[in-house]
Amino acid sequence: MNDSVFMRLRHTFGEMMVERDRDGRPRVIPDSAEGVAELCGLAHANAWRVRVEGQGTWMPADAPADIALATRGLGRIVQIAPADLVATVEAGVPVALLRRELEAAGAWLAIDPPGRPDRTIGSVVATGTAGPLRHGLGPVRDHILGGTIVTGDGRVIKAGGSVVKNVAGYDLTKLQVGGFGAFGVVTQLHLRLRALPAHRVTLTARGDRDLLTHQARALMERGLVASSLELFSPALAAEAEWVLAIQLTGTEAGVEAEVTGAIEGAETAWTRLAPESGAAFWQATARAALDAPLTFRLGVFPDGLDEMLDLLADKLDTGLVSAGPGQGMLRWSGDASVETLRSVRHLAAEREIPLTLERGPWALRNAVGHFGAYREGVGRLVSKLRSTFDPDPTFAVALEGGADD
Amino acid sequence: MVLPGTRDEVIAVVRALHATATPWVARGAGTGLSGGALAADDSVLVVLTRLSRILHLDPVRRRAVVEPGVVNARLSEAALPHGLAYAPDPSSQSACTLGGNVAENAGGPHCLKYGVTTNHVVELEVLLPDGSLVTLGSPQGEAWGPDLAGLFVGSEGMFGIALQITLRLSPLPPAIQTLLADFVTVRAASEAVGAIIAAGIVPAALEMMDQECIRAVEASIYAAGYPVDAGAVLLVELDGQPVAVAAESAQVEVLLTKAGARGVRSASTPVERARLWQGRKKAFGAMGRIAPDLVVQDAVVPRSALPGVLEQIGEIGRSHGLIVSNVFHAGDGNLHPNISFDHRDRDLAERVHQASREIMAVCVAAGGSITGEHGVGSDKLEYMPLIFDPATLSAMCDVRRVFDPDQRANPRKVVPVHYCREWR
Repeated sequence: MNDSVFMRLRHTFGEMMVERDRDGRPRVIPDSAEGVAELCGLAHANAWRVRVEGQGTWMPADAPADIALATRGLGRIVQIAPADLVATVEAGVPVALLRRELEAAGAWLAIDPPGRPDRTIGSVVATGTAGPLRHGLGPVRDHILGGTIVTGDGRVIKAGGSVVKNVAGYDLTKLQVGGFGAFGVVTQLHLRLRALPAHRVTLTARGDRDLLTHQARALMERGLVASSLELFSPALAAEAEWVLAIQLTGTEAGVEAEVTGAIEGAETAWTRLAPESGAAFWQATARAALDAPLTFRLGVFPDGLDEMLDLLADKLDTGLVSAGPGQGMLRWSGDASVETLRSVRHLAAEREIPLTLERGPWALRNAVGHFGAYREGVGRLVSKLRSTFDPDPTFAVALEGGADD
Repeated sequence: MVLPGTRDEVIAVVRALHATATPWVARGAGTGLSGGALAADDSVLVVLTRLSRILHLDPVRRRAVVEPGVVNARLSEAALPHGLAYAPDPSSQSACTLGGNVAENAGGPHCLKYGVTTNHVVELEVLLPDGSLVTLGSPQGEAWGPDLAGLFVGSEGMFGIALQITLRLSPLPPAIQTLLADFVTVRAASEAVGAIIAAGIVPAALEMMDQECIRAVEASIYAAGYPVDAGAVLLVELDGQPVAVAAESAQVEVLLTKAGARGVRSASTPVERARLWQGRKKAFGAMGRIAPDLVVQDAVVPRSALPGVLEQIGEIGRSHGLIVSNVFHAGDGNLHPNISFDHRDRDLAERVHQASREIMAVCVAAGGSITGEHGVGSDKLEYMPLIFDPATLSAMCDVRRVFDPDQRANPRKVVPVHYCREWR
């Protein structure tokens, strides 16, 4: 990208909003949806490729592009309405900051994505990365009521709304959650909140993997109602053995009733963590994925976990594993070649288990794609939807992969 | 009207309609309240009620695979012996079909805690309007790609027909307690709703009925023993572990009393609970006594706006000389103002339309939505521009064309056609 484009961008957006990244590429930092729209419109008209960057702590900011679009200028918490349990925030707001502001208002956004606490909410939504709280409080999509999206050619679209129940029009929000930015840039989000739990308890148990998955199944059969029920590999938990962890949130009576139910008659020895240690435990396990260059998730049923864990140990290594023995899903972080990753995806597909590449270097994303091959007929729909929201396309996103370079 | 009896017959019908460029409307039981399943003269009705088999029920994985014509309540009945239930429970659950629920993203009283239809659909086998088949989502709930199952749910029959639906089942709670609190005013009852939610308690259901509604119920065969002099009653249902339910019930009772409840009745046995619920579930039926016709409106407002909006709705009713009663999901601000009338009185019918418009405008001005669970269909079409700008409406048309390029599935619903321009 030559200097004249850089100068042109500075002229359009002002000096404060345009800088160069370490490769000398122009990086624009708009502070409004309109600014993002103007940039996308310009990029589309000039056939410039744009890569969208949050804090760059989860997805590497390494997609080849002519221009970087940083969302950190979209950093306002627009509104927190504790009485309605909704909030409106811009996409560049770091999750940790949002969490603190919500806590001060007595509210809680019940998501705990993997990665650093300063990941942006936009990154969490674009990658659809849900942490252990998905067990009881749902995946990321359940917490997003709507938002503002800017398309690749610079249109500004409003999806959903800011009330907790809404079926007006098609649910365009769903495309954005876990769409990896292929269907537009999210600039603002309306979030569903919960009241800050009056009581939280974390229980952990250590031991052999089979014993812990068996224990988790027993808890589910006994009707445990937990916010999180997660199994961590020794490497991820930084412990000598596998760890099964339960997080209970709610009123004191509700939580303590579940604690009693979980501990009574259990074959495993449970440790009850002090509140600060509990919070530190969940934060450390969320960050641990970043010790490896790539992360993928497998949509596996709880009863298929053991087989997939064995398969991963065989084809890759035990790695940094976080898995849901109650509701399913397995997240693996480690290192793998393009060939190995393709082979694991193939083996998973044979078992009807989808593999989504959540993060990794561009070369890998470009080769294997976030999703890989679709089911019959779906690829046509995805491709048409993509050209609806990003004609030509402007955004550098490797949804399907397939390129070896 | 065609009534296919098998999956293959539905496919053959849609392919024939595609080949002859005929518009069509898929329909379940026809219980929808926004006119979504109404067909114009040029359209063929494809009625799916004969596809009524529960194909598979897996109690271990807590999944059910059903045909679109299965009646909502029948799935919960089938799941009951396994200690499971299908959570979304629209008031019409004894008649409405799961295919229709998917099309409308149906809700119900217990959606406050358990979520609406979209939170329970994991996989859909979809027959697209061109007669081709695609599978969206996965039984596990993790998609093979973008969340197209999520996009399909609530598309009001305009993206195709869900031929096979895989749903999540939820475990039955070990204990349930239902409380009925009566208040002198709707405002006091609304404030009690806010206090319960702010306390961090998530009731399974939190429903309100105003005086008009209470009186209609109590004068009907569905009489539930509600106090007829109350300005409003709140039904609060708590579920979970017995110890927790007992403690939270006590806490809720204190909150209700503090907010001004004159009395709180409590029911924990299935018979007692059924009686308290009967009036709520059958309220729409009871309103048949007031007048021959009833408009059941549907809108959502932020919870904190409930008292003010309800007062404005009452004022709108009075200004048009109409009987407006309210029975609704207070916990999530989902209002159902009901206007009783006689359609043969043209002047009255016009006043009903005008009042409906004004009610929608009040809800939108409060930061709300024009529909929380009934859908847009044809009834709410004119209100869509109140909450979405032209660029968004146009994008919705574009998305519809991805699934149905010829726009023959349920034509002229959801998005006003003049927003459906070709944008490039």
